[in-house]
Amino acid sequence: MAEEVKLFGTWASPFSRRIEVALKLKGVQFEYIEENLSNKSPALLEYNPVHKKIPVLVHNGKPVAESLVILEYIDETWKHNPILPTDPYEKAIARFWAKYIDDKLWPAATKVLVSKGEEQKGVTEEIQEQLKTLESELKGKKFFGGESLGFVDIAANIIVFLLVAQEALGLMEILTEEQFPVLHEWYQRLVDDAVFKECVPPRERHLGFFKVRFGSSTASK
Amino acid sequence: MADEIILLDFWPSMFGMRVRVALAEKGLKYEYKEEDLRNKSPLLLEMNPVHKKIPVLIHNGKPICESLIIVQYIDEVWKDKAPLLPSDPYQRAQARFWADYVDKKPYELGRKIWSTKGEEQETAKKEFIECLKLLEGELGEKPYFGGEKIGFVDVALVTFSCWFHAYESFGNFSIEAECPKLIAWTKRCMEKESVSSSLEDPHKVHGFVMGMRKKLGIE
Repeated sequence: MAEEVKLFGTWASPFSRRIEVALKLKGVQFEYIEENLSNKSPALLEYNPVHKKIPVLVHNGKPVAESLVILEYIDETWKHNPILPTDPYEKAIARFWAKYIDDKLWPAATKVLVSKGEEQKGVTEEIQEQLKTLESELKGKKFFGGESLGFVDIAANIIVFLLVAQEALGLMEILTEEQFPVLHEWYQRLVDDAVFKECVPPRERHLGFFKVRFGSSTASK
Repeated sequence: MADEIILLDFWPSMFGMRVRVALAEKGLKYEYKEEDLRNKSPLLLEMNPVHKKIPVLIHNGKPICESLIIVQYIDEVWKDKAPLLPSDPYQRAQARFWADYVDKKPYELGRKIWSTKGEEQETAKKEFIECLKLLEGELGEKPYFGGEKIGFVDVALVTFSCWFHAYESFGNFSIEAECPKLIAWTKRCMEKESVSSSLEDPHKVHGFVMGMRKKLGIE
């Protein structure tokens, strides 16, 4: 039976890129549809009427929305190269950290790009606290998922986007080797991973995207 | 070997109630520990150092945090009784999607209904009803979101129902008038011992919210 897998996404969205990582890790062939968020396609609106957002995975005509929900769906449908642990406790821990990234790191990351002066300094410190918390969870493992990329590593792709944004806007570098020796090493491993590195936006284009979207004539330091 | 299960909770928390329902559905014995959120116990701070929030489930000494994560954990460990999530991956994805929706929208809106006034409150009321209507649509003609039996989404949402009286009172509106099917569903859920024994008395919750409003200077 031929599988039909479609991914509605946008090239600069970390949430969309997460799904690409998972599908590629599992070797699932899929059709990618680039959405224009200022002119959403009828298909997207039909497949995700509740939130009208990307990413949406459509598998044999049936849509799944919300990136972490999609990741779990992918893991349960294509069982080889598992992303989540099988042990219920380990699974709960993985879900906890992915949620932490989405509930805490993501809002802080978006805020740091639009805030200035004292507020920006405050949010930057917040992010550093969060990175420290995440770092303590690594506990000597190569990846959050252990020997290979897992659910939390994929969710943590937001960090890649944050670092590119920082560079584009001339902001203070957050993930330095001095401050985060362990996380910094993990980060290098993540961006070097054969599958992961195929699923990040092209660098120059990405830098340009942040400059246009968030840049101003006076960069905050 | 007997399982040791402890639940760190706060009586009016709709999130804590979700865990109570799940534990009751599975027929599990556990120790309930009431937390004073103004004076959090060393145990809570140790078991949930990241968020310092309830509920926390401690299973044989190991903590699990975040209510929906706890409910899934319970469902996966005690999988032979009263399954809360379906076995089909697509149905599971739909259940997770709607439980996530319940976390994202109704909770924040409900909070705005009892803690704000004027236009902000009116907007929150309108959006809250829209959310409930969407959920009603998802329920459709099924007795429960889980189908013939209560499932993950039922557990995620039903615990809000004991807060409805407070929302209606402080928001000056009737949820039943707008969403009769949803209220019928809450009554159906309350017929189950696992739900009725886990949810708090709406009048008690009302009193609690009144106290919060006074503290915020709204009353």
